[in-house]
Amino acid sequence: MDPVLLSRLQFALTTIYHWLFVPLTLGLGWFVAFMQTRYYQTKDETWRKMSKFWGKLFLINFAIGVVTGIVQEFQFGMNWSEYSRYVGDIFGAPLAVEALLAFFMESTFLGIWIFGEGRVPEKVHLASIWLVAIGSNLSALWILLANGWMQHPVGFVINEANGRAELVNFFALVGNPKGWLFFWHTITDGLLMAAFMIIAVSGYHLFRKQNVDFFKRSFTIASVVGLIASTLVFLGGHTMGQYMYENQPMKFASIEAHWETSQPASFSILTIGDLSGKREVWSIRMPAVLSFLACNNFSCEVKGVNDLQAEAVQKYGPGDYVPLMVVTYWTFRIMMTFGFIMMALTAYFVWVSLRGDITKFKWMKWMPSLLALPYLANASGWILTEMGRQPWIVYGLLKVQDGVSPNLTNVDLLISLIGYTVVYGSLAVSMVYLMKKYAIAGPDAAMHESVDVAPALVGGDD
Amino acid sequence: MSYEFLQTLWFVLIAVLWIGFFFLEGFDFGVGMLLPFLGKKDEERRAIINSIGSVWDGNEVWLLTAGGATFAAFPEWYATMFSGFYLALFLLLIGLILRGISFEYRSKDANPAWRNRFDWMIAIGSFMAALLLGAAFANLARGVPINADKMFTGNLFTLLNPYGLLGGVTTVSIFLLHGANFLGLKLEGELRERVNAAAKKIWIVTSVLYIALGVFTYAAGFWARGIVNPGIVPITAVVALLVAGYFINQKMEGWSFIMVALNIVLTQVTFFSMTFPNVMLSTTNPAYSLTIYNASSSQYTLTVMSIIALIFVPIVLVYQGWTYYMFRKRISTDKKELVY
Repeated sequence: MDPVLLSRLQFALTTIYHWLFVPLTLGLGWFVAFMQTRYYQTKDETWRKMSKFWGKLFLINFAIGVVTGIVQEFQFGMNWSEYSRYVGDIFGAPLAVEALLAFFMESTFLGIWIFGEGRVPEKVHLASIWLVAIGSNLSALWILLANGWMQHPVGFVINEANGRAELVNFFALVGNPKGWLFFWHTITDGLLMAAFMIIAVSGYHLFRKQNVDFFKRSFTIASVVGLIASTLVFLGGHTMGQYMYENQPMKFASIEAHWETSQPASFSILTIGDLSGKREVWSIRMPAVLSFLACNNFSCEVKGVNDLQAEAVQKYGPGDYVPLMVVTYWTFRIMMTFGFIMMALTAYFVWVSLRGDITKFKWMKWMPSLLALPYLANASGWILTEMGRQPWIVYGLLKVQDGVSPNLTNVDLLISLIGYTVVYGSLAVSMVYLMKKYAIAGPDAAMHESVDVAPALVGGDD
Repeated sequence: MSYEFLQTLWFVLIAVLWIGFFFLEGFDFGVGMLLPFLGKKDEERRAIINSIGSVWDGNEVWLLTAGGATFAAFPEWYATMFSGFYLALFLLLIGLILRGISFEYRSKDANPAWRNRFDWMIAIGSFMAALLLGAAFANLARGVPINADKMFTGNLFTLLNPYGLLGGVTTVSIFLLHGANFLGLKLEGELRERVNAAAKKIWIVTSVLYIALGVFTYAAGFWARGIVNPGIVPITAVVALLVAGYFINQKMEGWSFIMVALNIVLTQVTFFSMTFPNVMLSTTNPAYSLTIYNASSSQYTLTVMSIIALIFVPIVLVYQGWTYYMFRKRISTDKKELVY
């Protein structure tokens, strides 16, 4: 097997897995902080229960994000040593800042939040959940600035003497529009993810008419936030698309299966390619819509994959510069379609919430299955972003195959790949088990140490 | 600030991060390893976990920051070490994952088998992490095969030499002692007695291992291969460890904790000064060794990072220190007072 492929598989596995949990952490933290603030202001017991119940789910999810995050920071050096040498002067900085600024904050104050109730002043306890939410979102900012640099390198020169990229303008790195667009898209997406988690769990209980006041309130808040967030996700995504059109035209063309340069360009609703994946066989198209997506008017030119490939060969030498189109094309459609569905659903939920009794709806039964939407949309979005820049690890500067650690053997890589798969798999099983158990047990159980009634016996001599 | 000054400054900063990590997470690992042996009942185990419950995650960030700082300030060091110690680091990560998740999940189900499984995962994960970190540092002191392209040319078995293994086992033992001392400060009643009794035994083993490691280091010529002679520092470390034995016997937990902490700090100081200005010695050819000069980032990056560190490190230290102050009370095994 090819070691580059194994390292890529491992990076994909660990990163996609990590990313299944992080958006919920990013979004749910704000919800819990808000609920606890409302309790602090009103002393209404329901708000307290809400912060406790959703807080429990937050913690169960948070733990996996944290432990899989350590792997993320280490594997640049472990699997991508040549990449690390090449970009360390630039890429290492945001990572170090992330640890210093964000990780310390979220982990320290999470400790205070979990263990501090009744031990620290109420205000401090409240402040600590806000600092957890701010800290985790700050960490997203720094890692996205780092990723933004890989997608759109700025503020650097190539040092000919040691053959690496070196930072010359830190503010360009920090102000990289690519990174900030990612950040916008990501934190709003985190809120949307959290909103759907709340909608799903609330729907489950509302259908059964349990804790109606508690879950009605949760459902309504989540629907409102979900509607706002999904709109912002969409606007952010649209802006990202236009930025991509300028800076990563190949990615832009490949997500549209747009082979030939055209003006105005049509938007593909469905394109079927041939088996080589390099040619279009048949498609349904909406005229001029792609031009609108690219530059907000219906007449601009959008370059096609074939022309861009020819340009890239001229600029960088022979090679295949086209991303795997079946992936970019379909992940984009999944992300976008699910995004629009979520927007429509939350709009409908807001409308019915405002009109009166939502417990009467039979469709509440189906709410838990809606969770598939944000999870699949999230994963698709990142697969699209990362697959869409292939073959580059740093866009236009370094190819993925040149970034890998040359000393690793297939045996090394298989051991770690299988090891991560097994460990991550069993983590997921425990996590889903606990999430389900706590979600179904409801708010009263969340006020206690454990939802189980039986006393715990370890060692048997209690 | 001159380039050379910045390179030295960042070497010192990274050393400080590692020292902080070994000092703080050292007792976390020790507590984790002791958990299934000292905690007989569920409340006792919970009390033991709660002694570090509010701080272990923050302590672990010292490792992440050390990793991030190494990446930013010495990318060649980061790249060579992390790719070279690949499987060792993979196992370290698995250990950290197992214990991290277990702290959060062990009490979320009342099934005794569930809790017991996670308690053992905490112990095994802590043990793996301590052993591998110790072995990795011993190998850095010893030197590893590195070629002219700054590439590690060995494999996992290169690291499993007698010196590396002794370093690993000694680290496990010191962390056990450090953890026992910490628990002595945080617990009360019968459990505290049990901890103190364990500390006595662990101290004997630790002293033997530590002195053996010191003798090995000196006899094998791993000593002072840079431009700095650690001089009196390691001797003070040995003295601190021996004095700790006296305090443990006298049940003066505060003092024994300080002495073992001092031993850990001074051992790390010795480690980092022994090879300075080298960061990774090459056993292939000394000329291929990575130094703070040939492994560092550009002057511009180091300057920017220095400013950031200057602003934020003090802030972090203040709020982390404040957490320990907040949770300074001893933890009882009374079920009503335990946080789950």
